[in-house]
Amino acid sequence: MIDNNVEKRIVALHERLVYLKDIFAGKHADDVNLLDDRLTSFRQRLKEEEVSDPYSDIASVEDLFSYVERKLDSSITPMDKVRIVRHPQRICLRDILENVYDTFTEVGGQDEYSLDPSMLIARAVITRHRGKKTYHQPVMVIGQEKGHGAEFRNGGSVKPWGNAKAMQFMRVAETEGIPIHSYVFTPGSFPIEDYPGAAQQIAKNIYGMAGLRVPVIAIISEGGSGGAEAISLADRRLMLSHGYYSVISPEGAAAIEGHLKSGMRATPELIEHCAENLHITAADNLSFGYIDRIIHEPPLGARPWHFDFFRTLRQEVIRATDEVIIQTRLLPVLKTLARNRHTRPNADLEGLYIHWGLSAAAKKRLVAKRQKKFLGLSKQAACDHRPWHAKVLENLSDCISKPWISFKYDFYRKHQRKIQTFMEEIDNEWETFKHRILSPWRKFRRDIEKKNTKQGEELTALSVWTKDSRRKKWNYLSPRYKIDQTLTCPNSADYGCLDLWGPDLFGEFAGVCSYCGYHFPMEPEWYVRNVFDRDSVMEFNSEIEAGNPLAFPDFASRIAKAQERNGTRSGCMTFEARISNIKIIVAMLMGTFRGGSVGAAEGYKFVEAAERATKKRYPFLAYVHGTAGMRIQEGTHALIQMPRCTVAVRRYIEAGGLYMVLYDTNSFAGPVASFLGCSPYQFAVRSSNLGFAGPGVIKETTGIDIPPRYHRSTEALSRGHIQGIWDRRQIRANLKQALRTIGGRNLYYR
Amino acid sequence: MLNISELLDQIKAQPFREIEITTPHTGVLTFAGLALGDQVQGPQGQWKEKRGTLIATLERERNPKPICALEKGEICALHTELEGKFVQANTPVATIRHMLTREEVEHIILKKTLYLFRAPERAKYYFTPEVDKKIHAQDEHSVKVRDGMELFIMSRMKREVHLPYTGPKGLIYTVYFKYNENIDAGAPLIGICTQEQLPAIEEVIMRIKTEWTGR
Repeated sequence: MIDNNVEKRIVALHERLVYLKDIFAGKHADDVNLLDDRLTSFRQRLKEEEVSDPYSDIASVEDLFSYVERKLDSSITPMDKVRIVRHPQRICLRDILENVYDTFTEVGGQDEYSLDPSMLIARAVITRHRGKKTYHQPVMVIGQEKGHGAEFRNGGSVKPWGNAKAMQFMRVAETEGIPIHSYVFTPGSFPIEDYPGAAQQIAKNIYGMAGLRVPVIAIISEGGSGGAEAISLADRRLMLSHGYYSVISPEGAAAIEGHLKSGMRATPELIEHCAENLHITAADNLSFGYIDRIIHEPPLGARPWHFDFFRTLRQEVIRATDEVIIQTRLLPVLKTLARNRHTRPNADLEGLYIHWGLSAAAKKRLVAKRQKKFLGLSKQAACDHRPWHAKVLENLSDCISKPWISFKYDFYRKHQRKIQTFMEEIDNEWETFKHRILSPWRKFRRDIEKKNTKQGEELTALSVWTKDSRRKKWNYLSPRYKIDQTLTCPNSADYGCLDLWGPDLFGEFAGVCSYCGYHFPMEPEWYVRNVFDRDSVMEFNSEIEAGNPLAFPDFASRIAKAQERNGTRSGCMTFEARISNIKIIVAMLMGTFRGGSVGAAEGYKFVEAAERATKKRYPFLAYVHGTAGMRIQEGTHALIQMPRCTVAVRRYIEAGGLYMVLYDTNSFAGPVASFLGCSPYQFAVRSSNLGFAGPGVIKETTGIDIPPRYHRSTEALSRGHIQGIWDRRQIRANLKQALRTIGGRNLYYR
Repeated sequence: MLNISELLDQIKAQPFREIEITTPHTGVLTFAGLALGDQVQGPQGQWKEKRGTLIATLERERNPKPICALEKGEICALHTELEGKFVQANTPVATIRHMLTREEVEHIILKKTLYLFRAPERAKYYFTPEVDKKIHAQDEHSVKVRDGMELFIMSRMKREVHLPYTGPKGLIYTVYFKYNENIDAGAPLIGICTQEQLPAIEEVIMRIKTEWTGR
């Protein structure tokens, strides 16, 4: 008869063995077999009642397990870590709620009876004792719940409404003035467009978190791309030592690197190679500065029976929250004393009570610090080739222009209103008078012009298409207009569009099918030259160059090729321009430069452009010629641009700026799910597509077949993601109209 | 009266439909390497979003255009003599022999035997309460219709109008519309057959269901 306790310990050992086999996926077979043999022989001997002292024997087997686990822990690879965090035995958020917090109440639904069971929200309490006094400190715990493989949890892949629910309770925490602890356990967001839309909701979350007036602590176990960013813009970011934080899953990266088509699977070697080169581990992210601290886990990762780990986690979470509170204090002496007490490794944080409420001024300092922290990240990952004297000159000009702009907008404009109104009235009267006086002369001129038109010649002359005056209405023509070729409209099967002659299509028609209005993609230059006033475009920061910060194999040459082909150093062009004399700052993501992917350099330029717009008080337009997402080969250097650029946009909008986004061709993933999707005014050019993930990725991750045109701008408009669709030939007029109507009198101030 | 069994025998004698693929316009033809007797697929996918098998490419003004199979079937004629030649619009490129499926045969027979009463405008259609009760209690075959009979309620934007049936006297054989769904103008609402035809149609449909296999 086997003792119940021994039986339980055998089951636990068996689970540890299964875990080992799963996370190493066939590697370290010798060690795994050794453990398997020892456990099997022990069970056999126990069955045959050959064991005299089962307690001592099983203890020695347990010791052997621990020894092997410790040994294997030192040789763990990034891909092993990916398997660890996805394993059903991995700790999940409910384990943390039960073991780290003293008590909790779930407020976002229960188990499968929830708007989205993969997003768990709870009000929890941490109890601390100082002397004889007891303090209950409430927190809002938000995070993805994987539920030890429970199917309804969807592996922690949160649907858009789950993220909306998280945002709703973040606002509740803000109202109540309690800290937020967010736990990131997600392989990525569930990529569907149903309202509120995966991308748009993540963007709203990031935008909201950039200004939350309560301390936010994020703890990352599995930080998969946009899904992680939706709840992790925090004052302190802690990471579990066996977790990963990455711009894309290694499998996704392998599919892109291997140029795999839908349905094809990447080889394990390629996936391992990508995991290695994406630098996704906690140590990597700490060295980049994207996380603040690593919480060390037991060998081969924390599982629900590692109670010591939960104690460590509790200490670290309390320490991080206290630190955030301390950093908002004003008095330097008290601040230093408190910080020193808390940073001591052996400090008993349970006994060091700090009130987690903040005054109104402290809340402002907290938000400012969080924003500053994110704005300062990843600059080292972009190659800034601006000469030092240019930077000095720019700073000097800032010193002069800042007071001038402040005087102009804050003082002069206010007092000039009355004079302007008076002058306008005088001007109106003068124009009416002038019109009456000059109207006979204007009529005479019109008649002469009519006589001089060469209508007859136009109708009878042979077509000389390269010199055709009809094309002169555009300042720039696509080079494709010189190719004598016909093209078929993709809608020809539905609308019966006839073939279009290239010189007409890319010349006079501006790439628009004259039968159905389908918009063929045009080059970024077409917009730069045709939308804005002639010779008004002044590019800045062109010296900031896209690089290869992770030294991703073969990537430097690919970037160099893209630079050579496009004649630009990065995929983002930032410039000042005018539309009918309205000054505007534009950041243009170019779909021709590595699919318009956003890396550290592009993010850097975008942030600089937003800051320039704030300084100069100009409207800010993000024109997205095309973007495929964040640049995966730059890993978290690219991913961090999501919160970083959103912070810049939030600061600009809060300063009173008008931020507009115009999507063209194809816009997907990270940028849409952050600094583009957060704009209150988003428009799209006709025939463009926008969304979170492409059809292949949706099929791969959700198994759902999506209908054709699922991502079309018309669909996005129906779902409420964008505010309007513009014809390409009308962009200039529409932009002018939007600037006048949305921007108001001063085009900047609300 | 139409002899339904004879019609079925006719279909059985030639259980396929030949689809001629022609060029949509002028151009130079290049065949995709198919041979006589090869099987081809029509457009596939839930929304027919995947093109059928490529038969040839027609190039005009440096604009190659694929010519694909429109139905599943077998190539029974292929004009490979046109390879590399400039052809006129509507020139036959290939012929596909498409074996009729059970549903298609049913459709052909019902189309020839039933009188279809069509929707006069886009709206939601319901049977009048008496007819609806009768259909629920027994089946649609139990409803006898005659010219001028009040049969439908046409509902559009909360406007409800009685719609009388117009056409020959008979029984409702099949109902094509669903509850609470908008029906386009011109789409069939019901199929009517005469009392005498009903057993014959039912028998033929049963025969198709049991005999028409593997086509």
